[in-house]
Amino acid sequence: MYEIRIHSRGGQGGVTAARMLALAAFHDGKYATACPFYGAERRGAPVVSYVRIDDHPIRVYSQIRSPDLVVILDTSVMDVVDVFHGLKPDGKVIMNATGTREVSGHVTYAVDLTGIALSLNLVIAGSPILNTPVLGALAKLEIISMDSAKKAISDMFSDDRNTRAAEAAYQELVL
Amino acid sequence: MLTIATGNKAVAAAVKEARPEVVAAYPITPQTEIVEQIAEYVASGELDCRYIPVESEHSAMAACIGASATGVRTFTATSSHGLMYMHEMVNWAAGARLPIVMANVNRALGPGWNVWAEHTDSLQERDTGWLQVYVSTVQEAYDATIMAFRIAEHRDVLLPVMINLDGFVLSHSMQRLETLHPGDFIPPVNLPHAIDTANPAGYGTLTGPDDYFRFRWDIERSMRRSVGVIAETEQEFADRFGRSFGPAQEYRCEDADVLVIAMGTLAKEAEVAIDRLRDEGIRAGSLRIRWLRPFPELDLDGRDLVVIDRDYSFGFGGILAQSLKSRYRVDPYSVIAGLGGQEVTFDDIASFVRERKPGEERWFGVSDDV
Repeated sequence: MYEIRIHSRGGQGGVTAARMLALAAFHDGKYATACPFYGAERRGAPVVSYVRIDDHPIRVYSQIRSPDLVVILDTSVMDVVDVFHGLKPDGKVIMNATGTREVSGHVTYAVDLTGIALSLNLVIAGSPILNTPVLGALAKLEIISMDSAKKAISDMFSDDRNTRAAEAAYQELVL
Repeated sequence: MLTIATGNKAVAAAVKEARPEVVAAYPITPQTEIVEQIAEYVASGELDCRYIPVESEHSAMAACIGASATGVRTFTATSSHGLMYMHEMVNWAAGARLPIVMANVNRALGPGWNVWAEHTDSLQERDTGWLQVYVSTVQEAYDATIMAFRIAEHRDVLLPVMINLDGFVLSHSMQRLETLHPGDFIPPVNLPHAIDTANPAGYGTLTGPDDYFRFRWDIERSMRRSVGVIAETEQEFADRFGRSFGPAQEYRCEDADVLVIAMGTLAKEAEVAIDRLRDEGIRAGSLRIRWLRPFPELDLDGRDLVVIDRDYSFGFGGILAQSLKSRYRVDPYSVIAGLGGQEVTFDDIASFVRERKPGEERWFGVSDDV
């Protein structure tokens, strides 16, 4: 089982990212669950979502303690949340950032999701859309296929800038 | 069709296939998605149904009662404080022998204000004459909703059915879902006492002790008959759609020395604990109670029991543990866990089994000095 924890802030689409990731994994023929952890609904507060992907039915509902991958949609949550808590020693990190940032010994992939969203004018209520480009980054790490990522995005959003954003993230992320 | 959906969306999708003619509902977290989705089906024309937005849950059930009494299929959904607020009408629905189907998304009762999973809300309705089923996956939420209409409306039952799913943990989790076209699996409603303007009759009139007593006995008689109706419905569902669940679902129970007994998602998580315990050489099994009313016939002889209650009856004990004690004269290790959405992992459940002390009660995560 591959376990992913997504950190974001309320309103940035972290929960939708988790659901699209599970949907993409489903399109790949895998079993997947997306279990967002809901606190009181607060725009701007740190939010955590969980995705599990496996070849077999998944029976676990509890929160992910030792993720294989941590996705950070907003690096400002790192000041208030220990985003690397429990990350497996060989676990990886995808971070919405320009260049690379010093992180606690984990293989880290930085991709400028905010820049990609802004360049495509993918902005809702003043916030750049991060959850569709991040699917491209996840596809680059082969957690899901790019075809399924695009299919999951177009299942949920009709605006084709969302799939273009995923393609841009796929291109920009350097392995 | 194979897709992926949340527990809430699965319930709504099943309701669409059951084609109710009246849905009356009031939104409440974490149930809101169910009635929002049904309202969308109605607005888009996918479901030909009268959707009645009401000003309270008491009115939601009252509207369902009025509609159901005319002989049409009805549905509503609620949670926690909403269920408490409709409590008077919940009793009325069963007493009036109306086959209303309701989804209750299990949530704790305030204060402290809490929107997360707990079973005390629906368990407080266990003596109302409603049938109650507790589900553990998105697919089961869907399948149980489809079956609920047929069971409730069966001539030998004619009692309302409540489908219970854990708030957020299941209502908002996405999993695989195979949707169905139930076709004639759910026959048209045929309510023998439906209001008929050509033959006026009294409804809800004053009823003397003798008749009242007979009506109460008739509810119990139908509740007992419902055991067979549930079994027959599940068998036909299995034959036609390939999935079966049973009154209680066993996991690795055959040769087990110790059984973990729970309801809902905790019981599904327990299966992972069972695998871990078996790897350690502990012969454990999981017994997931699905139908709480009618209460299932179980074979518990000679095994240690660890009962996890996500509920509590103050001054008495865990409701499931106490029910099993009184029904089967057993002496379980009673663990109170998961109240108000408390995180309980498969590791925690495995530790309950390792540390079990038959006859004792433990509040998980609470030390004596708190």
